Order: sequence, then structure tokens, then C-alpha cells
Amino acid sequence: MRVNQISVMVENKAGKLADVANFLAKNGINLRALSLADTQNYGILRVIVENCEEAEALLKGAGYVVTVTQVLAVKVTDRPGGFAESMNKLASVGVGVEYAYAFTSSETGKAYIVLRVDDIVKAENALGDKENTWKI
Amino acid sequence: MSYYQPEIECADVETIRRVQSEKLVKQVEHVYKNVPYYRDLMDKKGVKPSDIRSIDDLHKLPFISKYDLRDSYPYGFLAVDKSEVVRIHSTSGTTGRRVIAFYTRHDIDLWEDCCTRALVAAGADKEDVVQIAYGYGLFTGGSGLNGASHKLGCMTVPMSSGNTDRQIQFMQDLGSTVLCCTPSYAAYLGESLKASGISPDDTSLKIGIFGAEPWTEEMRRNIEKSLGIRAYDIYGLTEISGPGVAFECSAQNGMHVNEDHFIAEIINPDTGEVLPEGEKGELVFTCLDKEAFPMLRYRTRDICVLTREKCSCGRTFIKMAKPMGRSDDMMIIRGVNVFPSQIETVLIQCGYEPNYRIEIDRVDNNDTLDVFVELSSEGFSDTVREITAKEKDLSNAIRNMIGIGAKVHLVPIGSIERSEGKAKRVIDKRNLHD
Repeated sequence: MRVNQISVMVENKAGKLADVANFLAKNGINLRALSLADTQNYGILRVIVENCEEAEALLKGAGYVVTVTQVLAVKVTDRPGGFAESMNKLASVGVGVEYAYAFTSSETGKAYIVLRVDDIVKAENALGDKENTWKI
Repeated sequence: MSYYQPEIECADVETIRRVQSEKLVKQVEHVYKNVPYYRDLMDKKGVKPSDIRSIDDLHKLPFISKYDLRDSYPYGFLAVDKSEVVRIHSTSGTTGRRVIAFYTRHDIDLWEDCCTRALVAAGADKEDVVQIAYGYGLFTGGSGLNGASHKLGCMTVPMSSGNTDRQIQFMQDLGSTVLCCTPSYAAYLGESLKASGISPDDTSLKIGIFGAEPWTEEMRRNIEKSLGIRAYDIYGLTEISGPGVAFECSAQNGMHVNEDHFIAEIINPDTGEVLPEGEKGELVFTCLDKEAFPMLRYRTRDICVLTREKCSCGRTFIKMAKPMGRSDDMMIIRGVNVFPSQIETVLIQCGYEPNYRIEIDRVDNNDTLDVFVELSSEGFSDTVREITAKEKDLSNAIRNMIGIGAKVHLVPIGSIERSEGKAKRVIDKRNLHD
């Protein structure tokens, strides 16, 4: 299923990530999933939160560099081969994966993979799990 | 059209030349008599005060460079008794030893006249509320415009630089109509207004007078839009008096030099030869009636062009184009001359804020050029791949402008320090001048 992900561009400097984290904490924004991409000059903090619109407005208002992107959250069985099955489905229809991160679910035996793909419709059809809703 | 001193601002060229010649003859006598350092320069060149009969003889006089001022620091060029001096100002000293300039009461008066002409040329009158966000103190910006605003009878708000929240509060509470500061700070105030959700229509600002650092036409348009004003350039340097040596009029296409007080020349910076009107070269000024610190043929290191084409504003004073940058600002990278203003032009054309940092280094005997540029939420697209592509595009645009490659680094907005006075944009790590 599709979810909105918030990305924040963070200066690559000690304390800057803590600034964002503290800002989110102060505003009572709970993080359901998180990853950090890093380069020499900046990092991209990607998070999935309960109320995406509110969090986006708060971050922008505070002067952060922010964007919202639609990504896929795919539920897989938490066992060897679970991730491979999904990747094979995407590969078979030629969908490219920009980045991915995963976390285990509170639901026993399940995990989620968050994917940014180059063709979200094609990916959804290939994965065939549109109804597989994820309770944020 | 309004003028502060129309009888001279709009005088015919012959009158201006006559006034200049009369003043120059007296000034050379004054300097020769009272400044032993310059007397030596003239003696070495074999020039006597009696050789200077009109401005046609100006080229015979030796130049003064910043090195002369350094060698004669602090009192070497003081041309009056110390008791006649009522004030000093000083340069920031970022490009070497600071210069201390001295002023008599007369010098302050003529300097403030020059700045008042600038205010009037920009459309200000005594009804205006003039907010001065130039630094006060040793820097000439604050005092010069402050004195002019008094002369014109405006309500003067002496904010000095910095404390942006308070600037915006006073601007709104008092209904400031004229803003005087550096262009980089004006751009920052524009950004700050936007960030506070204040539309330019919510302020009473209508005129900006911005100087003390080079800025581009693109930056002018951005500032005019973000502050809802018309922005005018003002030029000056502490060695010659301060802001107001030249000022922009309603035509907004070059600055009229206050020729009854200063003679402008353009020279070939390598040979010292005087170049004809319209040719690009180093700007040189001669102070015609300053008493305490009278520079003769002072080399500004600013590269620009002079023109005496008829101006739509009615003033007859010669006009100088925006300097392309001070030759001190000029970077020589891999043998190529590069001005920060060129990079700034590219940034604005490509939709970025003109807040940037340039770092030059030498690695394995090769010059490297790194440009740090801020990215805002509008340009941010979540993936490293897309940001890298933007960096590449910008790098190509810079290469097209200056002819050499630069490595562009996009960083989140707010990462690059904002300047409240003169922006320090270039960091040269090569240590070439030891």
C-alpha cells in the first residue's frame, strides 16, 4: 500500500540530526519508521509518521528543508526469503528500486519493507497486496 | 524630478570641468605642502604643484595605492593639524592592514551632502522614515546615511546592523519607507519577512539604498520583489570618504559620480595609462576638496566603466557602471580571473538564493573550486540521485559562465552563515600570499 513519507534534508554536522529529532519529540510526533541516507555534505532523514500533513507543516514552519513522497509499504512474512519474494516480483516486471528500508511489525511474524520505486502503479500490481493495509 | 543641489548636479560639463580644475590646483598645493609622503612621490616623478594647472594635467600626478596607505599608517596622509580632525572612520581591514581615514567638520559636511544627493535621487524627501541598517561605528555606512537623512530632515531610525527581528518590528511599527543597508542584508531581510509570513504589502517600504559590496542586477530584481521596493545602488570607499562617492538615480543604470568633489578616472591596471571613456579598467579617484585625508589618484582596485551619456534623470555627472568586483575579490583559479558576482548571477538565474560560500584550495598543484549553495524545500526531491543531478546542472551553468569547472555542493537552507554586514563569501585556503 502507498504511504506518505517525510524527507528532511539535514546538514552533515554534529548536532544537526539531534536538532531535528528534538524538534519532532517536542511536537509529539511519533516515528513509525525511519532511515537516514548520508552524503559528504548532507543527510536525508526519511520518516513515516501518523499525521504526515501536520508534521510537514510544522517542519516547514520551523525552516527545515522538507518534502513528502509517496512510497510503498509492503508487508512480508518474517522468514528467510520473504524479502526475496517481493524483489523477484518487482524484477519480473522491470520496476527499479530507488531505496528501501525495513522494520519488523508489532504483528507477530510480519515485517514491512518501505520502497521507493520508479513506477509505483506497476509495482503495486506486481506485488498484488493493495488490500494489505498497514495500520500506522 | 528632484535634486538636492541642482545647480551643480545638473551643471553643464564645462562648468563641472572648471570647478574641478580650480579645486584641483588648490588641492595639489595643499597636499604637497602638508603630506611629506606624497611630496616625495611627486618629487620622485619630477612633478611640481605648479605643473598642475587644470584637470588636463591630472595624469601627471603619481598614484596612491593601498600599500602607500599601509606604509604611512596611521598619520602619514593626515593633511591638517590633528586638532582640526573631528572624526575618524576605518576600513574592516579584511584585505590587509586597516586604513584610518580622518575628517574635518568640512569633510563630514561635504560627505553628507553627497549621501543626501543619493537619498533625493532615489526619491526620498523629508516625509520619509529612513531606517539605517548599515553598521554604525568605525564603518562609514551608518554614519554617512545617518548624516544625510538628518540633512534632508527625515525621521531617522539608527538601527545599525543585525538583530533582524527588531529590524522588522521597527520597520512595521514606525512605518519605515526607506531602507539603507548592504544588499546581502537586504536580501536576508526579504527572506526573513517571507519566513515570518509578512507580505511586502504589509510594510511601508518603498525605497532601498544598498551598497558597500558588489551585487548583481538579478539580486536587485530579487530584493525589489521580496521587499516591494525600488532598490538603488550607492558606491563609496572609506579612503575617499564613504558611501555617496557615486549614487544611482531613477534610471537605475549606473551611478553618478559626485564630480564637484571627486574626479573619476579609468586606468589600465597594469600600465597605469588613462583609458578613454567607455573602456573597462581600474577606477581611480581624486578628492578635490577634502581637507584631512585628501587622496590624489587613489587606486580603488575596482574594475568598471565610466560613461558620460545623457541621463534621463537630468544629472550631468559622469556615470560609473556597477563595478565587476574589486580586484581584491577577483580570484585567479587555474589562471582564470573569476569574480564572485559571476557565480552569484548563475545562482540567481538557476533559481537559487544568492547566499553561497566559495572555497578555493590547491590539491596536488591543481586549484580546486568548491561552491556551497543552499537548497530550499521547493527544490528538494528526497533522493540523493536527484540532488546530485541538480548539483551537476549548476556546475555546468557555472562552467559556462566562468570557463572553468566548479564542484557544487547543495546544502539545506540555513547551513551557510548569513551576513549582517559585508558578506564573507570566499575562503581561499591556498596560502598564496605569505
